[in-house]
Amino acid sequence: MNELIRVVIYFVGIAAFLGLNLAYLGWVERKGAGHIQRRTGPKEVGPFGLLQPLADGLKLMSKQLVIPDSADKWLYMSAPVLAMVPAVLMFVAIPWGEEIVPREFNFGLLMIFAFASVAGLSVLMAGWGSGNKYSLIAGTRAVSQSVAYEIPMLITAITIVMITGSMDLNEIVRQQGDYFWKWNIFRFDKSILMPLSFLVFFICSMAETNRAPFDLGEAESELVAGYMTEYGGMGFGLFMMAEYANIVIGCSLTTILFLGGWQSPIGIFPGPHWFLLKMYFLIWCFVWIRWTYPRTTLWGLLNLSWKYLIPFSLVNLLVTALFIKVF
Amino acid sequence: MSGYFKDLISGIKSLAIGLKITNKEFFTKPITLQYPHESVKMSPRYRGHIELIKDEKTGFAKCVACGMCEKGCPSNCISIKSEKVAGVKGKVVRAYLLNFTTCSLCGQCVENCKFDAIKFSNEYNLASTNRKDFEFNLLEKLHPEGIPEPVVDPELLKKEQEKAAAAKKAAEEKAAAAKAAAAEAAAAKEAAEKDTSEAGGESNAEEKS
Repeated sequence: MNELIRVVIYFVGIAAFLGLNLAYLGWVERKGAGHIQRRTGPKEVGPFGLLQPLADGLKLMSKQLVIPDSADKWLYMSAPVLAMVPAVLMFVAIPWGEEIVPREFNFGLLMIFAFASVAGLSVLMAGWGSGNKYSLIAGTRAVSQSVAYEIPMLITAITIVMITGSMDLNEIVRQQGDYFWKWNIFRFDKSILMPLSFLVFFICSMAETNRAPFDLGEAESELVAGYMTEYGGMGFGLFMMAEYANIVIGCSLTTILFLGGWQSPIGIFPGPHWFLLKMYFLIWCFVWIRWTYPRTTLWGLLNLSWKYLIPFSLVNLLVTALFIKVF
Repeated sequence: MSGYFKDLISGIKSLAIGLKITNKEFFTKPITLQYPHESVKMSPRYRGHIELIKDEKTGFAKCVACGMCEKGCPSNCISIKSEKVAGVKGKVVRAYLLNFTTCSLCGQCVENCKFDAIKFSNEYNLASTNRKDFEFNLLEKLHPEGIPEPVVDPELLKKEQEKAAAAKKAAEEKAAAAKAAAAEAAAAKEAAEKDTSEAGGESNAEEKS
């Protein structure tokens, strides 16, 4: 019975948090894009355009779901759902505060990576199932990107696991102290390359969410809307929500692994507010970066991964192993 | 190998510069103009459709209806309706019609005007689905509250009336004189005719005989 209540609370809490975030991250993104380009962004619907996400949501929900003739019906219909479900499930292992964890896993990190890899599959399914050449190209691109960027991301995560000796996310946070120099990003006693490692992880999480400058899967100028070309209404809406959910997850994970999760940077009042503050700062960096850089080419993207990120993450792994062995 | 790290460092540097620029732009005030609520202040040399200039002293259009703009217009889009009103100096403009659908904004009318009575407006909000909306009466635009009647100058009116009366009198006199002259002439003619008829009679008689 207790377990059931826990499940219900988890579900309602996560649904509410996600709903709010997915709607308003879209607003933040549009406002950020606007101000970076010296425009104002949405401002007509409600004060500061705050009701814009509701209007957008209503519009998407009221649209007819059209299945193209050439589409593979089951793949086409299940792809957006498959994009959204793992994004929601990943939240089960996130420690918001010391006591606020939906479910304490022994290996939450592994679980998150397992579900994150499904996101690539959903993109491929959407690309293949749409029966559209642009979608198909986008699907293959997204998969090659996923493969290229999951490797350095996992190697970096392994580095962290080696340092902390645990895959329990809450345990990883607990081991980072309540001052910012005790966070994994600055733990030079474990490896002198930790800031670099943080950067590698951050770049990889950006690439994993298929966002600009790595948005080759939905390159508007080349592929119409990439794997989302044939989707309208809530099918498209689910993909957008999954993208924002993945951003939240990516930033949460970066916060947990490198920035001390709910730990306070100055040693006072540790709690979920610090977690949210760090996470939203990272999300803001995502928006900032998206509206700063143009899209990379496919070979530029793969070069960055295979020539820079993977060697650097491997070197960091070796250095960390050396430090742990020697000290 | 040195190229590898050089690329990496210069790449990171340029990325950081990009982020700095967008960060600066983020904190600058947006230059968006909320169009329906605000509008651009047009530059003084903007060429909108032409408009009449009001004479600040009299409150009427400076236009004297000389028609030079109408004559100079290469696309014949201007037509002026004017008339003479008793007691008012010059002609009175009743309507200044501009058909903006054919106007090419060449400015010949403005160049031709010797009285500085027309200029280009700054009006650019011109959109309609009805072409009648582009047939302006510039006089109505100058006096949106209603075109005022011209002020009659009583002295001038009196003068004009006197002049008219004098002219009438003169004309009457002239007519009378003409009449008298005509009468005289007629009398003379009659007399002459009489003479000739008499002579003619004779001749007729001669003919008869």
